[in-house]
Amino acid sequence: MSKEYKTVPANWNTVVDSETFSRSISRISYEILERDRKIDKLAIVGIKTGGEFLAKRIHKKIAEIEKKEIPFGVIDITLYRDDLGHVDESPVIKGTDLPFRMSGSRIILVDDVFYTGRTVRAALDALSDFGRPSSVELAVLVDRGHRELPIRADYVGKNLPTEKEQFVRCRMEEFGYKDSVYLIDKK
Amino acid sequence: MKFDHLLAIEDLNKEQLVHLIDNSKKLIEVSERDIKKVPALRGRTIINLFMEASTRTRSSFELAGKRLSADVINVSGDSTSVKKGETLLDTARTLNQMCPDILVVRHKSSGAAHFLANHLEGVSVINAGDGMHEHPTQGLLDCLSLKCKLEETGKSIEGLTLAIVGDVRHSRVARSNIWAHKLLGNKVRLIGPRTLVPNNFVKNCFGNDDFISTHTSLEEGLEGADVVMCIRLQLERQSEFFIPSLQEYTNEYFVTEKLISELAPSALLMTPGPINRGVEVESALIDGPRSLMKNQVKMGIATRMAVMLSLISSGENNEDIN
Repeated sequence: MSKEYKTVPANWNTVVDSETFSRSISRISYEILERDRKIDKLAIVGIKTGGEFLAKRIHKKIAEIEKKEIPFGVIDITLYRDDLGHVDESPVIKGTDLPFRMSGSRIILVDDVFYTGRTVRAALDALSDFGRPSSVELAVLVDRGHRELPIRADYVGKNLPTEKEQFVRCRMEEFGYKDSVYLIDKK
Repeated sequence: MKFDHLLAIEDLNKEQLVHLIDNSKKLIEVSERDIKKVPALRGRTIINLFMEASTRTRSSFELAGKRLSADVINVSGDSTSVKKGETLLDTARTLNQMCPDILVVRHKSSGAAHFLANHLEGVSVINAGDGMHEHPTQGLLDCLSLKCKLEETGKSIEGLTLAIVGDVRHSRVARSNIWAHKLLGNKVRLIGPRTLVPNNFVKNCFGNDDFISTHTSLEEGLEGADVVMCIRLQLERQSEFFIPSLQEYTNEYFVTEKLISELAPSALLMTPGPINRGVEVESALIDGPRSLMKNQVKMGIATRMAVMLSLISSGENNEDIN
């Protein structure tokens, strides 16, 4: 019996299907553990909102592999954005929750789409307000290029060459969609 | 969603009200961190112009601005040139030349914040209480306190019956709360002597809507209420002319635990702003488990942070930054 998923518009081209999606999460999880076998300081932090559920998947996968729970948190970068006050909208605050000791932790920051790097810059600032992690690494599902800051990812699900005018969207089962990444051409 | 000023809850629609309350809720966390500061309003200037006495509101606005990294200047009534005969508008114009992004105004005259918002250019005005008109950030923080408390037991802030007891006539806090609860779809009962809760005033102000009703009997008004809000007798606004004596008011409208547990056993108690212990409400009730007074200050800072954030916006459009 197949599950019913919400559909996406016809002009959204699948660039990562659900099988590749889950393989990427597994591979990233193994790579994180491979880089440092000691996991007593490891903590996973998702950047809201795109990275939150991706981070949960990685967190779950690592717990399965290691048979041990590791700390998990979410970070909202709204208050750290460099374009606050440059947009016409009242910002929507999504909330930060980091229920573990930041100082001395090895933080894996997780986001879905890696683009200009400005979100990650803001997230790094936000993290440092909670303490001094011993290291911060970045895991992303898709790297679409066009960086505007000197920031790189440590773990990448898929490198996706894009035009600046295109959009990249990640959809997940947690929201009723099939796990996929889409590339959308601007009309 | 865009905000130019925050002058009254009456001006908001439901979407805006809910947006401000939801943002406030998420901002509580900032005040619980070790480093209680975020860079959101770095380089912005906020002027607090307080022409009337205030401790909690002024310090709450000041701290809210500072926690958002804004530069905050406080100007209070007795230290301004208004004392020397300068008009409010001239004082405000002088302050506006310092290019603040936000001007927070408290004034004894109803409409003072509107007046400044209409006459000053390039600055967002927040009404921190204008005479007997409105005190919108207090209304918002009361909603936030209530929402947080109700959510602890899985309840919603919508579909409630709110009983407001006391000097509604002179109360800007009551007015802001009434507008907020009207937007949230709640029923509001106003309880007090006719002089302090006049029928025609209620009709003129809030229309013939059946969300609101007036009661001269405390027992009748309290029965089955979900929230009881006690409003202070504003002795400085000559409330004593509206009641024969304080003792007589207390005889008729004193809210006690015994009364609430009989008539509205699950009701929460709110005492926004200062309260005269033993006049409007039993002292033990204010400190008891029904009371929401304890978290008011924390909620107040978060609320004012949310309001300040909503006012800092420019004409450009949001881009996809990822």
